[in-house]
Amino acid sequence: MKKKIAFLLILFMAFKSHTQTIEVCNNCSIASLKKAIEIAKDFDTIILKKGTYKEHNIIINKPLTVIGKNYPIIDGELKGEIITIVSDNVTVDGLFIINVGTSYTEDYAAIRVKKSKNFTIQNLVLEKLFFGIYLEKSKNGKVYHNKIIGNAVEEYNSGNGIQLWYSNHIEIEHNYIEQVRDGIYLEFSDDCLIKNNISTKNLRYGLHFMFSNNDIYQDNTFENNGAGVAVMFSNKIKMLNNIFKENWGTASYGMLLKEITDAEIKGNTFKENTIGINIEGTNRINYTNNNFISNGWAVKVRGACYTNTFIENNFLYNSFDISYNSNVNDTIFNKNYWSNYTGYDLNKDGIGDVPYRPVKLFSYIVNRTPETIILLRSLFIDVIDFSEKISPVFTPDNLLDKNPLIKQVAW
Amino acid sequence: MVSITDLHKKFNKNTVLNGINLDINKSGIIAVLGPNGSGKTTLIKCILGMVIPNKGTIHVLGTNIKKNANYKHQIDYLPQIANFPNNLKVKELITMIKDLRKPTSQDANLITLFKLEPFLNKKLGTLSGGTKQKVNIVLAFMFDSPLIILDEPTTGLDPISLIGLKNLIQTEKTKGKTILITSHIMSFVEEVSDQIVFLLEGKIYFNGTINQLKLKTNQPDFENAIASVLSNNYA
Amino acid sequence: MLKILKYSFYDLMRSRWSYVYFAFYFLLGLVLLFLNNNLSKAVITLMNVIIVLVPLIGTIFGVMYYYNSKEFTELLLAQPLKRSSIFLGQYLGVAISLSLSLILGLGIPFILYGLFKSGVIWDFSLLLITGTFLTFIFTALAFNIALSNENKIKGFGYAILLWLFLAIIYDGLFLMSLILFEDYPLDKLSLIGTMLNPIDLSRTLILLKLDISALLGYTGAVFKTFFGTYFGLIVSFIMLAVWVTIPVLRIVFKSKRNDF
Repeated sequence: MKKKIAFLLILFMAFKSHTQTIEVCNNCSIASLKKAIEIAKDFDTIILKKGTYKEHNIIINKPLTVIGKNYPIIDGELKGEIITIVSDNVTVDGLFIINVGTSYTEDYAAIRVKKSKNFTIQNLVLEKLFFGIYLEKSKNGKVYHNKIIGNAVEEYNSGNGIQLWYSNHIEIEHNYIEQVRDGIYLEFSDDCLIKNNISTKNLRYGLHFMFSNNDIYQDNTFENNGAGVAVMFSNKIKMLNNIFKENWGTASYGMLLKEITDAEIKGNTFKENTIGINIEGTNRINYTNNNFISNGWAVKVRGACYTNTFIENNFLYNSFDISYNSNVNDTIFNKNYWSNYTGYDLNKDGIGDVPYRPVKLFSYIVNRTPETIILLRSLFIDVIDFSEKISPVFTPDNLLDKNPLIKQVAW
Repeated sequence: MVSITDLHKKFNKNTVLNGINLDINKSGIIAVLGPNGSGKTTLIKCILGMVIPNKGTIHVLGTNIKKNANYKHQIDYLPQIANFPNNLKVKELITMIKDLRKPTSQDANLITLFKLEPFLNKKLGTLSGGTKQKVNIVLAFMFDSPLIILDEPTTGLDPISLIGLKNLIQTEKTKGKTILITSHIMSFVEEVSDQIVFLLEGKIYFNGTINQLKLKTNQPDFENAIASVLSNNYA
Repeated sequence: MLKILKYSFYDLMRSRWSYVYFAFYFLLGLVLLFLNNNLSKAVITLMNVIIVLVPLIGTIFGVMYYYNSKEFTELLLAQPLKRSSIFLGQYLGVAISLSLSLILGLGIPFILYGLFKSGVIWDFSLLLITGTFLTFIFTALAFNIALSNENKIKGFGYAILLWLFLAIIYDGLFLMSLILFEDYPLDKLSLIGTMLNPIDLSRTLILLKLDISALLGYTGAVFKTFFGTYFGLIVSFIMLAVWVTIPVLRIVFKSKRNDF
């Protein structure tokens, strides 16, 4: 056994000693990345010095480390895809990549990883892009500390910041993504970790899951997107400690959940969104310790939702706490704090003695005739809401929080 | 002084003044009399510009009073019911009216005359009706205007103050002023007035001296004369 | 006019009612702040209270003051003063003293609580500005009612009715017509409907601050420009100013023609 290890060590050393560093600069003998890749051997390091390299269709087909010094610019001149990685064990670090070609038939990316493992893509700056970082049937990679600034205007001719397609076990951390179609998009991608990213001003979604399972996203900030996060047709997603704010507009949500099951939503803050969370066809979802602050609608329930439980959340100053469009209810609310609660706590146990009804009659009226929103906070509306509260006719009778808290939940 | 031509006033369908023509040229005390609802107060208010006539013109000291408030500098007015802002003190009210019209020093004499000194620092809301009327009188007489209009000046006054008031009226008369008075107290009218204007159903029924009225009605005294006018017309 | 204003104002500043009104707002502010222990929540509750109570108090107080000072008004009318300045002076006296009670009554507890250090100062200022506008509007409306009605009881009746109509009934009718015509594009209609009622108008100003997230959920383009930009804020303030001007002009007009 010992012998074996020693042998491996020697082999590794020998191997290591054979790797070399290739320098590329505008007036060096090797003046292009393509050329450098061509002459490089496996596990070599290519160092790109500061300068502008007008190249596209760069294919990295061996395990290499490409490092940019002082952010060299790789300009694709809008001619197509810029870097494609088709080998395992590739690292790309510190490049400034601009001018990805746009196409209606092919998804050109600034950097694409194709059927590869163990890659690291870090410290890149991407501008004027179509797709940014595109991971295709790859696994065990890291996308770390990149800055992606798009200039998307229309959904149909723009691409996504970071896209995963059939890629598993990927870590996406500390990236900043702005103004693309979807900030981060996962399709058929499982067991990924998305952490500490900021995704903002995107046309469609800050983060988008489709048919992806067992992923975790946490500590991200989603601000001012079409919708902060959309989770669709996916199971067992953990959503922890994220911030969703100022996602404003007609179809704007902090979070959009559609046909998902067994998710855990904990410790998130939803602030000043038109709709905090929009749920449709969601089953067995636990919402705990979330803050819903100053949203138009904190939670909008569209139907076919079973066993969703809201426990120990704070609902603060939302125009509407819950909106419901059916008369049947299977959602459980318990021990939440509602700033609109007007009951009392005579036995001083911290729990209001009167149940809270989070659905107002007026939210039904607004669902039916949206223009009536202009009558929000009118005394007349308060009167009809009050009468509905006393004897519910339109709102589900069992939709109530039997143990509303008197003080905000702290965790 | 005052000249009224063809004055008409209706309140809704109720005709109150129905063609009044009146010229008051000489100084002296003129009493405007008439039964309740005959239009005395309305006539006075027309002169003061508080009621706007439907028809007819009023000239005071030669100026047409329509759409002009300056002629009121020439008029002192004592309203029928005195009710002042309750939270003002007597002193403040007097200062205020002076502030609104013009400075005068007459008020000091008048305050002594009606013994109002103890009340100067009291709020008007706490005063009795009679005391309020005295304040009212002070306000009306302090400006020394050529035309004085007194609407029921005797209301609520004690005998001493009444004498004071009569003296005051006489003094003003000797200064050559014109004084218009309405009153229900016939003895008071008889005592002070030089000329009588008797209103009946919105018209001037009689305009002349007390003696002329006595002659006209063949009655020995003033009170009976008035009574006969009324009973003849309402019989 | 300024002289009349000065004396009306002095008179009111010394009246019991100003203190009651001041004390009411002061206590309301204290109770809201120290029971909730939360500035934002207190501001929201106050907004709801203000758009209902300020008009009510403005109307009642305006009518009451007019009738109570009727004899004094007559005394003033006999003075060489312009009629319009007498009534405008009195109106401004009432409106300003009511506004002061409101601003000081609410302002003091909030400043004590540490308003200047918090982020809600703009919400709070908007609240006070709206409250002041409402005071001016409803006092003017009250003076209009009182000028047109000799009879005290009738005047009070109309004043209460006006408040009831604008605060509740109007919105009921408004809601019904919106639901009735829901098949038509309604955003213009609903905005116009709002402009025609000063209480609704102030409510939109407050909505702009508190519920912008919800308002932006609506599709209509007119709504979007109205609520999404400063346009809504500017138009609302202009309309509030118009709502002050029209009744005030009518006070001037009416006062020139009335008999006293």
